[in-house]
Amino acid sequence: MADLTAPFARATTALALLAVDPGGLGGLAIRARSGPVRDALVAMLAVLPVPLARLHPAMTDEALFGGLDLSATLAHGGVVMNRGLLADPSALCLAMAERCPAQMAARLALAMDEGRGHLLIALDEGAEADEGLPPALAERMAFSVDLSDVALGDVTGFGPEPEELAAARAALSSVIVPDEAVVQVVEVCAAFGIATARAPVFAMRAARANAALAGREAVEASDLEVAVALTLAHRATQLPEPAPEEEPETPPPESQPDEGERQEAEGEGLTLPDELLLEAVRALLPDDLLARLAGRKARAARGSGSGAAKKGNRRGRPLPPRAGRLGDGARIDLVATLRAAAPWQTIRASASDRAGLHIRTGDIRLKRFEDKSDRVLIFAVDASGSAALARLAEAKGAVELLLAQAYARRDHVALIAFRGTGAEILLPPTRSLVQTKRRLAALPGGGGTPLAAGLRAAMELADHARRRGLTPTVVILTDGRANIALSGEANRPQAAQDAQGMARALASAGVEALVIDTGNRPEAALKVLSDILGGTYLPMPRADAKRLSGAVSAALGD
Amino acid sequence: MKQPFPFSAIVGQDEMKLAMILTAIDPSIGGVLVFGDRGTGKSTAVRALAALLPPITAVEGCPVNSETPAEVPDWAGLDTRRVAERPTPVIDLPLGATEDRVTGALDIEKALTKGEKAFQPGLLARANRGYLYIDEVNLLEDHIVDLLLDVAASGENVVEREGLSIRHPARFVLVGSGNPEEGELRPQLIDRFGLSVEVASPKEIDTRVEVIRRRDAYDTDHAAFMLRWQAEDAAIRDRILTARKGLKELRTPDKTLTDVAGLCLALGSDGLRGELTLLKAARAYAAWRDDTALGRAHLRDVAGMALRHRLRRDPLDEAGSGTRVARIVEEVLG
Repeated sequence: MADLTAPFARATTALALLAVDPGGLGGLAIRARSGPVRDALVAMLAVLPVPLARLHPAMTDEALFGGLDLSATLAHGGVVMNRGLLADPSALCLAMAERCPAQMAARLALAMDEGRGHLLIALDEGAEADEGLPPALAERMAFSVDLSDVALGDVTGFGPEPEELAAARAALSSVIVPDEAVVQVVEVCAAFGIATARAPVFAMRAARANAALAGREAVEASDLEVAVALTLAHRATQLPEPAPEEEPETPPPESQPDEGERQEAEGEGLTLPDELLLEAVRALLPDDLLARLAGRKARAARGSGSGAAKKGNRRGRPLPPRAGRLGDGARIDLVATLRAAAPWQTIRASASDRAGLHIRTGDIRLKRFEDKSDRVLIFAVDASGSAALARLAEAKGAVELLLAQAYARRDHVALIAFRGTGAEILLPPTRSLVQTKRRLAALPGGGGTPLAAGLRAAMELADHARRRGLTPTVVILTDGRANIALSGEANRPQAAQDAQGMARALASAGVEALVIDTGNRPEAALKVLSDILGGTYLPMPRADAKRLSGAVSAALGD
Repeated sequence: MKQPFPFSAIVGQDEMKLAMILTAIDPSIGGVLVFGDRGTGKSTAVRALAALLPPITAVEGCPVNSETPAEVPDWAGLDTRRVAERPTPVIDLPLGATEDRVTGALDIEKALTKGEKAFQPGLLARANRGYLYIDEVNLLEDHIVDLLLDVAASGENVVEREGLSIRHPARFVLVGSGNPEEGELRPQLIDRFGLSVEVASPKEIDTRVEVIRRRDAYDTDHAAFMLRWQAEDAAIRDRILTARKGLKELRTPDKTLTDVAGLCLALGSDGLRGELTLLKAARAYAAWRDDTALGRAHLRDVAGMALRHRLRRDPLDEAGSGTRVARIVEEVLG
């Protein structure tokens, strides 16, 4: 057995197992920049018993699933259909898989679910931690290897010969899986916090393929070890509870070949302790697992990790065209329009005596683009108490300054004031300078500090803005001494608790936040609040408008 | 293509299975929304549904599955008047589907080869009297959602284009599944689903082992596995048919109506759709259990799936709306 701690050996082993059981293992995700190492592995895909089809994320449905071949149809006077790439069983090699949009991922996932013999080789070229495969695809592939740190010198050859693979394929269905193996695999999944049921299914099939490849009639301990290491390690979401100190003589890894050699009569030979299986996975866990898990959570809250996307008709990445009317700055998609008009030509020509193309309004197809959405800055301003008036003036100034900047950056600005017993939306998201100034001038101050109510109003506004395709960022200006609870009663502990609860809700909604402490002394409670929000904390006693807007710009990273 | 995994062989996930059975008993309940993590059997259950549904009688070759020859639309150009049994349609609406494919459009083949203006029905026509399934429903494009909302509300699909003026019935049960982490669903669309269930991976080792065992048997010993479970599926199908008959005779005491109204009032669910769905779901459930009268026990068991997606979101309630429904059911029904 190859040393599975070496990433490249892991990749070739995974590939061998895929070649043995192409229909049942889903596929292999390869995370690596394009280069000789990845090329070496991609060249080995030839061992797979199915033809290779190359895909890229911008592929149209027609190319994938087939459709009417318009030019051939017109030329022949009869319908000619294109065969899509997914029509026949194949190994789909998806380049730049990290850029695969969710829609395409969902359709590929559907094709894989239908069990028509597709397997997926996803080439993930993501450079940052938050770039990665669409979860729907990652879920459906048994294996995942990271070749980023593999040097060309570490590249090894592919092990099994084609005849061996063919023999293993033939023997696959007769390999016996002992019952306790299933239990063991499920327990390992539970220990590593792997919830999906696909993972243990893949592990069992990988073990079976490995046994078939080794010419065994039943799955053995060593097969299981290979299988869990390859299929489960990258799915781990937690480290197993440390085992209670019970066996001082934990069998060293060297002892397991002997174990494999033992008679496998009646599945009796399968005595690999669970601890060893756990070890097999643990050995392959990246060192920074916990850090990555924390990162993953933050990313999950923000959506797919590709940033908030919005559809428009002016700029950005092209999307499929759709029918519509010209006007309002929309641009016509000429080719799509002609395609839409083409089938009608015979009919229209016979109804009219005019020669040439007949295009009607219904044929018009518009270009659509996906663009990074505009940002809306939601200011939640504490307008309470006596000092409020001074702060309020600063906040007003800052909003005006930011509005001027936002005008250039195409950001929107909204303003919420909270005082007394509740919060009030003074200004819904706008870019209008005049309107903002007018509303700001009328902002009164005084009363208690209903921080939770302010946060709730900000959250509602953020929710609303997001539904309109804007990306909200909440900026909270307060001295943090919350004393009015959500219910409106003056109750300091309850108020603090409500504020933290709302902050948690905001954070889980994935809204970016920035807390600006306007008190004379930095307030510890606000630091806590900003940590809950997962945002930036800026202590700014006596904030003035210029510094405030500078701080906001800096914290927002532009 | 392999036959889908049998419905009855799905381990656990009782609420999801029950919700699907209830819509099969009474399609007017209006669809199921299944939300949950990946790998919990959402897609498996929906794809298995088709085998469970009793066949419908429809005019042979009719593109909209009309029940009687009189209902066959003119544009279908059908000569036959023969009525035959066919399986209840379960139509997949793929995410990238274009508007033309969903609503139907000009028949390109006829237009190009014969210069004829003919209508080629789309997915909505095929789903009439059956099920329309959208996987990853929360990623569906907005303009397709609008279209579905419109058709689901009117029960009719209207295509108007340059001399093509087509209307055909499009009444279907909407089944959607998705993972809420990947995108939110518009409230208007959520409201169209009668029932909603949240699925999670089973926590017990034994259950999970059983899941893997059955899946393994399905993959490796396909024929025998299907034979074993198809019988169970058939038993469920028969029970659904019995329940459909029982539904007509079911008594609904006034007291239950008061309970339903009280429950929805206490929950503050928007609109009256909640009450109606809860009542229908409870009736279907009672029929499924072969009871003759509706009672509180039925309400209690289906209140969660009928109401949890109709509550206003409360950002401070971390336990989720399911718990809120359960708590209020406890309070109101005692």
